[in-house]
Amino acid sequence: MADTFDDLRDLYQEVILDRGRHPRHGQRLETFDATAKGDNPMCGDRVQVWVAFAPDSTIAETGFEARGCAISVASADLMAETVQGRSKADTAALFASFRDMVRTGVCPACDTAMEQLAPLSGVHEYPSRVKCATLPWHALIAALDGTKEASSE
Amino acid sequence: MNVDDIRRDFPILSQTIRGKPLIYLDSGASAQKPRAVIDAMVNAMETQYANVHRGLHWMSERTTDAYEATRDAAAKLMNAGDRAEIVFTRNSTEAMNLVAHSYGRGILKAGQAVVISAMEHHSNIVPWQMLRDAHGVELRVAPITDAGELDMAAFEALLEDGKVGLVSVTHMSNVLGTVTPAERIVQIAHAHGAKAMFDGSQAIVHRPIDVQALGCDFYAWTGHKLYGPTGIGVLWARRELLEAMPPFLGGGDMISSVTFEKSTWAQVPHKFEAGTPAILEGIGLKAAIDYVLGIGYEALAAHELALTDHALARLGAIEGLKIYGRAQDRGGVISFMLDKAHAHDVATLLDRQGIAVRAGNHCAEPLMRRLGVDSTARASFGMYTTMAEIDALADTLNRVREFFT
Repeated sequence: MADTFDDLRDLYQEVILDRGRHPRHGQRLETFDATAKGDNPMCGDRVQVWVAFAPDSTIAETGFEARGCAISVASADLMAETVQGRSKADTAALFASFRDMVRTGVCPACDTAMEQLAPLSGVHEYPSRVKCATLPWHALIAALDGTKEASSE
Repeated sequence: MNVDDIRRDFPILSQTIRGKPLIYLDSGASAQKPRAVIDAMVNAMETQYANVHRGLHWMSERTTDAYEATRDAAAKLMNAGDRAEIVFTRNSTEAMNLVAHSYGRGILKAGQAVVISAMEHHSNIVPWQMLRDAHGVELRVAPITDAGELDMAAFEALLEDGKVGLVSVTHMSNVLGTVTPAERIVQIAHAHGAKAMFDGSQAIVHRPIDVQALGCDFYAWTGHKLYGPTGIGVLWARRELLEAMPPFLGGGDMISSVTFEKSTWAQVPHKFEAGTPAILEGIGLKAAIDYVLGIGYEALAAHELALTDHALARLGAIEGLKIYGRAQDRGGVISFMLDKAHAHDVATLLDRQGIAVRAGNHCAEPLMRRLGVDSTARASFGMYTTMAEIDALADTLNRVREFFT
């Protein structure tokens, strides 16, 4: 019945549905250097992110556990992939670009990393769902900043 | 009752959403407004608007009469014995805060207890926690059964030590649709020396409320779920309780006289109505009450029962769909989850077909925890809901499930 929801394929691209169902990074790290939780009290989405650093302080690995919708789980999974090897400042800059993209739907300075995150750009047409996409990022930034909790409210 | 005629009275229902006819299944969050309500508010603004209770001029007198007529209409709606027992608030939340603050701090003593249930809206939880922390009143929570009904034996046991001063429970759950046995709750509360209050936000939309027959002490509801405007709600309370209670908010309208040394309070209900009220909303609420009573609760309840039975049958037949709440006595609010899709994704897909449902924790986090979920999707019905709309919901949910499989 793809016809019924054809216009939703912008939001629920195959990669989103696939990552939402089978996230590659959807587990807690056995050893980690930082962790934080993200909570969206309005909708009940919850995520916890674990980060392990490389000797040069860049992100070596990210894992997460999420209780949320396909958008938030897929966003967490794509995030975990794209932030690997990045410094804290790089990650914050990437989040800023990502946030712009999910709010506006456009990605003016689209590099390879942003292209990887681009399947989430469709969320801009659904203002109430933008927070689903940004929640894991808020948690990741909180972990990198050493704060324990983040909220996308 | 002819649903097609009713639908013609609600201008919004002829809207299309993303090119599809609007199917509004979120009346439990807030109901749509009939033309009569819209016209009453516009007419008041165009012809007679002024402040109430203070002007000596024609406009103010007319507006005061119209606003006060709402008090009579609300008293009639609830079969209150005395119009002075109708206190206007912003909403149910404010009504319950009023009781928690005024009756809670003014009448209840530290060491006494308040009983709520495990299926309360946050508005019937948080005010009591604030009272507990400020005033030393214990908060007790009566459990629910797996079917989503109040566990009456456990409820009664909570009152047995005689410390409970007030029971405050929902008359109809905004998540499970459960209608609680209000008369029995009142009997048990009174038998143990406690007052009884109901959050009637959902219940008053679906069945007649007779506060004298119920025998309760407080009853709170809100206008916007009863097809009226936002910003106006009602607290009904026994007159002797209102008279014994200290005021809630201070300011204009609620005083008898003011000096810098001391103020004295106006008579009830005005003692509890500080400041310029929601005048236009009050006038709109009267139109809503008149509209509801014009159709009659008997017809409304029969329509809702038919819708609910049909929805439970259709949704219940969808593979992988779980319905939360199986109470014997229930209203037209149905929470559900699909095994393959999160509630938010379900809501977004339904929205694309013009179907509005709510998804989330429904301001009832402790109940969500009791149900073992973070969120549910919820379809809730109004007087304008049709069987065809429920069929459209069920058909679309089948396709939603396929989409995520």
